[in-house]
Amino acid sequence: MTKEKENELYSLCLCVSAVKNLNMQFQTFVFYFLSAILLFAALSVITVRNPVHSALFLVLSFFTSAGLWLLLEAEFLAITLVLVYVGAVMVLFLFVVMMLDINLDRLREGFWRGLYIGAPIAVVLVIEMALVLGGKYFGLADMPSPAAHAAGYSNTRELGSLIYTQYVYPFEIAGVILLVAIVAAIALTLRRRKDNKYQNPAKQVAVRRQDRVRLVSMPAEKRNSGR
Amino acid sequence: MNSLQELFGPVWWPYVITFSKTLGLIIAIVVPLLLGVAYLTLAERKVIGYMQVRLGPNRVTFFGIPWLGGWAQPIADALKLLVKEIIIPSGANRFLFVLAPVLSIMPAMAAWAVVPFQPELVLANVDAGLLYIMAITSMGVYGVIIAGWASNSKYAFIGAMRSAAQIVSYEIAMGFALVGVLMASHSLNLVEIVNAQQGGAGFLNWFFIPLFPLFLVYLISGVAETNRSPFDVAEGESEIVAGFHVEYSGMAFAVFFLAEYANIILVSTMCATMFLGGWLPPFNFAPFTWLPGVFWLVFKVVFIIFCFLWFRATFPRYRYDQIMRLGWKVFIPVTLVWIFVIGGLQQTRFWFWG
Repeated sequence: MTKEKENELYSLCLCVSAVKNLNMQFQTFVFYFLSAILLFAALSVITVRNPVHSALFLVLSFFTSAGLWLLLEAEFLAITLVLVYVGAVMVLFLFVVMMLDINLDRLREGFWRGLYIGAPIAVVLVIEMALVLGGKYFGLADMPSPAAHAAGYSNTRELGSLIYTQYVYPFEIAGVILLVAIVAAIALTLRRRKDNKYQNPAKQVAVRRQDRVRLVSMPAEKRNSGR
Repeated sequence: MNSLQELFGPVWWPYVITFSKTLGLIIAIVVPLLLGVAYLTLAERKVIGYMQVRLGPNRVTFFGIPWLGGWAQPIADALKLLVKEIIIPSGANRFLFVLAPVLSIMPAMAAWAVVPFQPELVLANVDAGLLYIMAITSMGVYGVIIAGWASNSKYAFIGAMRSAAQIVSYEIAMGFALVGVLMASHSLNLVEIVNAQQGGAGFLNWFFIPLFPLFLVYLISGVAETNRSPFDVAEGESEIVAGFHVEYSGMAFAVFFLAEYANIILVSTMCATMFLGGWLPPFNFAPFTWLPGVFWLVFKVVFIIFCFLWFRATFPRYRYDQIMRLGWKVFIPVTLVWIFVIGGLQQTRFWFWG
């Protein structure tokens, strides 16, 4: 290998590593950008006065955390988070919050009373976060970091095959529990009023013309000549 | 080109290329889409006009050319709406009031990122494209809800409630219809879904044959999802004046309008992609294979859009309880049963698709 060629190869290597570096920098930038929005939104959820605004901030924080999950190559989870929580759960939540006329002052009153439950939970959360963030003090180095995935890796396919092979029983049981919960919720809240004027749409759809319209044939009459 | 390359250096140059390519593709998708939306309004007025034995808009022309009568109508409408004042009602929540139209048009545009126009002509060939479409389109309801709430008007609020309940209900049926597509094509990637419909038999290989009930459910749910007639109780002029956008004027109103029509085009495109073979020609022999695939896609989309307009001119509006009954008690059971039918059929040798 000539000196020139070696030099060229060297500069190429430098260039590749620089591109890699730039990629990492961009990822870091995106991470901090999303995290900043997430933190701001999450704080706003509990600090803004208007309950509708705080529900909307919750939507924003769900959306941003979906972005963070995308950054972790968990695209199925990210999209499902948007689909289920942003697209369905929060819509119904907003629904309720908008329809209720919530008295803000009454809501503020309970703050100190709830503190003795809230504070221990907050402490537990802080401990958990410390465990996660300070992993290197708890033997994180013993665990190898997960290998990067190949280009054709499909998160969705992988999840599907795991759920329906290895975790099929937990998955099915979770499904049955949710079904029972739905049935129970409906059974608990369903009340039939005797006095409502319910129309059966199936009957209405099945109506034919001959049920409603009667064709009457009448003999023609002579015109009244007395007029 | 070379001097530009030198300016950015070897590190930044690939990024510049990727960025400008993506930007070019986005413009190439969004500009025809917006033009399509503008002329869809004209097409709607013309089609419904002819169906009701009248002429529709035929006065506004370009440069006074008589045979272009009506063709400048969308441009004139857009100009009129652009220069009108945006009135913010007293007691309205200013920020959310302005944010709502933005939130309703954003998903209608963003969903186009994964739509394949030809085998290689797709902005982002992501693996979970179908899920992405569902997730993004499910966010469109926020524009409606926030508009209804922020307007500080009872009519707008009732319209928003109706619309939100309707969209959330029909999304379930739509999702189940997509599960059928997913099962038939073994993929969530839209390009692969279209490729799975390719075969020797031309249009007989498309998914609308094995998935016919799901195709109908998807089409009708699409009409309901876009709040179009006969499912347009959210706007019900005779009961709640115009629903969630009653307080909007000028460009803010126009953006809602744009979003509705962009959603129609999107739903039609998804329908064409998943059930009618996307860019594939109906027959696999000579005169049909000459046309580039994107034209076939456009033909199919235009046909489905025409059906949307046809529905609007034909059917009277549903009553609200009938809408809910159709969504929950008819469509969801139909899709569930058909998913099992497909699953069973795929285990036999009578499954010729995908």
